[in-house]
Amino acid sequence: MSTMNPPSGRDMPAGPKPLHETVEKGHHWRTRDDEFDAGKLGMWLFLGTEVLLFAGLFCGYAIMRMLYPEAFANGSHYLNWVYGGANTLILLWSSYTMAAAIRHTQLGDKARAQICLVITWLCALAFLLIKFIFEYGPKWAEGKRPGVLFNYPYAENPMEPMWWSLYYAATGIHASHVVIGMGLIGYLIYRNAKGWYGPKNYLAMENIGLYWHIVDLIWIFLFPLLYLIH
Amino acid sequence: MSSLDSHAGSAPQHGGGHHGSYLTSKGSLWADIANWATTVDHKKIGVMYLTALLILFFLGGVMALAVRFELLEPTRIVINQAGESVTTGQRLAFLASDGATANNIYNRAMTLHGAIMTFMFIVPGIPASLGNFFLPLMIGAKDVAFPRLNLGSWYVYVFGSLFALASALVGGIDTGWTLYTPYSTMTDADHWRLVAMITGVFIMGFSSIMTGLNFVVTVHKLRAPGMGWFDMPLFVWAIYATAIIQVLATPVIGITTLMLIFERLFNFGLFDPRLGGDPVLFQHFFWFYSHPVVYIMILPAFGVISETITVHARKPIFGYRSIAFASLGIAAVSFLVWGHHMFTSQGELTAAIFSFLTFFVAVPTAIKVFNWISTLYKGSIVFNTPMLYTLGFLFLFTIGGLTGLPLATLSTDMHLHDSYYVVAHFHYVMFGGTVIAFLAGLHHWWPKMFGKMYAETPAKLGFWLVFLGFNTTFFIQFIMGAHGMPRRYASYPDEFQWMHIISTVGSWMLLAGFLVHLFTFIHALLQGKTASANPWGGMTLEWHADSPPDEHNFAHEPIVKHGPYAYDRVVPPHTDPAEYPLPEKTDLH
Ligand code: HEM
Ligand SMILES: [Cu+2]
Repeated sequence: MSTMNPPSGRDMPAGPKPLHETVEKGHHWRTRDDEFDAGKLGMWLFLGTEVLLFAGLFCGYAIMRMLYPEAFANGSHYLNWVYGGANTLILLWSSYTMAAAIRHTQLGDKARAQICLVITWLCALAFLLIKFIFEYGPKWAEGKRPGVLFNYPYAENPMEPMWWSLYYAATGIHASHVVIGMGLIGYLIYRNAKGWYGPKNYLAMENIGLYWHIVDLIWIFLFPLLYLIH
Repeated sequence: MSSLDSHAGSAPQHGGGHHGSYLTSKGSLWADIANWATTVDHKKIGVMYLTALLILFFLGGVMALAVRFELLEPTRIVINQAGESVTTGQRLAFLASDGATANNIYNRAMTLHGAIMTFMFIVPGIPASLGNFFLPLMIGAKDVAFPRLNLGSWYVYVFGSLFALASALVGGIDTGWTLYTPYSTMTDADHWRLVAMITGVFIMGFSSIMTGLNFVVTVHKLRAPGMGWFDMPLFVWAIYATAIIQVLATPVIGITTLMLIFERLFNFGLFDPRLGGDPVLFQHFFWFYSHPVVYIMILPAFGVISETITVHARKPIFGYRSIAFASLGIAAVSFLVWGHHMFTSQGELTAAIFSFLTFFVAVPTAIKVFNWISTLYKGSIVFNTPMLYTLGFLFLFTIGGLTGLPLATLSTDMHLHDSYYVVAHFHYVMFGGTVIAFLAGLHHWWPKMFGKMYAETPAKLGFWLVFLGFNTTFFIQFIMGAHGMPRRYASYPDEFQWMHIISTVGSWMLLAGFLVHLFTFIHALLQGKTASANPWGGMTLEWHADSPPDEHNFAHEPIVKHGPYAYDRVVPPHTDPAEYPLPEKTDLH
């Protein structure tokens, strides 16, 4: 049993014990289990709000598609499913490595967890690179832009700007989630390197993992809606 | 070694001379400021919210007074320095540097009033201030589930408000607080004001979600040992139901505001009919959020009333469970009836369905009102300020609720839509309901929050000024509206003038009432009598804590052995009989 000051705060020098075994519960919790459950419940609620946020976009998509089926069919023909498909695989794979990182942490294998986290982070980067280099960049240059910015000379349907509006809104908001995810996973990588996570302390990792699965899940809806349905 | 042992082994929370109340100064002024700015104590955060809310209420109130002042005369022509005749609205020209017309300026003041009052005052209102302070105390917890998130939500809220208020500094927007498209995508060449306002609303949405999420988890995970779901005080039930709506409805306004920002900046075309969009789609999105929000505004008020009414009538609340379930019922139904704001812009069948559904909201609401009235029956009612406000609430909210029925009925709404009748109706609900309940709660819990009693006589005077002033201002508007006075106009036919005069004079009475309250509160802080732990003889857990509460709320974790309102069985804890004599009638065994 450690004596003196109970360890707290990040500036604790790493003593004989790894950091993750010194983590205390917050002062207002009865047990660490309660704290853990609360953290999970909070995260699930938050993810519910994420789903609802995208639900609004999906509603907009459904209604506009009903009103202008041809513009939307044309629009999705402009997208290359190969890029979308590659991104889908990348995200699915990263979801797997994320889950593996949590599993390794639960088993106390810090090094493997670290490798998995880094792979997840790189996948997220790859997703964004594909998105920007092969999709946004060229399309924007050709004039396939949202709303008032649209100036693609060969458009066949007057409603096409709206298709691009929705495309950029939906994928853009999703991409911003990927960026946030990279920040969060980067935080995990940093903290894991310091030894913060272990079999008894992995709530943050699990919660960020859940977040990452939702980012993946939303893409799995966006991909067919935008790229595959003509 | 389990973490539980280590906790038991470490120094007890209340040892080491830390036995101050949460208000105890840290020494220097700077230390205090730093301490408050970084605090994770739900009580301090509650007080910080209260302060911010009152400042915003004041700003919104000034706008209301300006708007009412402008309506004193149908079209008032004055001669300006350049010798031109203009309407008085242009005397408010400090709001506009861009040659806006008097009507623009009127609309901007009116929009700012509406936006401040809804998004910045009444939506966060009771949950963020009284809820933050009392929810953990009432369930016997040391804090909310995520204290740092709680502090974060305050900063996000202030930041969002500043964003929205910045739109006023650059000239203000004139769309009305509902921001309806396509007007909101076309009005004012300078789109940055609108973007500032919408971004502010978007940011405040995060704050609302953070608070709601925090409260849901707190109620689930931090109730004191022995406190089952049906031992929770009704205020807690109300805040819980509110928090659920906050979490479920707010994301929708999030995406709506984002789309509106895109629409405004890039002409996305989703809502703009010139580009093939559908403005009614915006209305659907907007009201899918904003109708449930009406209940984010009113449910916490119901919670406050449930508390004040039992304590100050010294009787167990009638129909505890039905009140608790009614809160959840209202939360559920609130998601199905958004279309009643759009009767005039949808097909007949859709409108009829929404009209039909709307009437269902009346059922749980009426259950509550009947329960409150039954609680009063044969109670030992103490006519102090909280009770006066409680009775005022019952009276005003009933008017507000009943006048909603003609608006939920298709045929009558066609006549009343967007008239002053609507203005009167929603002020009876929002002001006569929520603000009045807020004042009831503020007086009820004031001694607990600050450890000082307020002076009863001036507070009662304040009540009467507010109550009479409110009715003078708004009752006449029902009549005005039924006679065809439309809302959101700066000028009107002469025949309405006498009613507008009455209404405007009422708004000055209201101002006087609020100033009296401001005075009593400041006086209480500076010179009030020290309050005992339980000045009213309440039974819920917050009255077990000191007044003002200790930094960690309770000296020992309370264990709950009876329901929250067992006046018929148990003596209220720590009651000071000199301060608040128990009624003789009550059988205390
Ligand atoms: C001090 C007392 C108040 C006065 C004198 C007052 C007066 C007014 C007036 C004259 C309008 C314009 C009506 C129209 O043409 O539509 C208005 C609108 C409004 N008021 Fe108040 N009000 C007061 C308090 C409140 C409070 C406490 C709230 C809510 C908490 C509130 C919420 C609103 C809203 C949401 C609107 C609609 C704005 C819009 O249509 O965009 N008011 N008020
Ligand atoms: Cu409504």
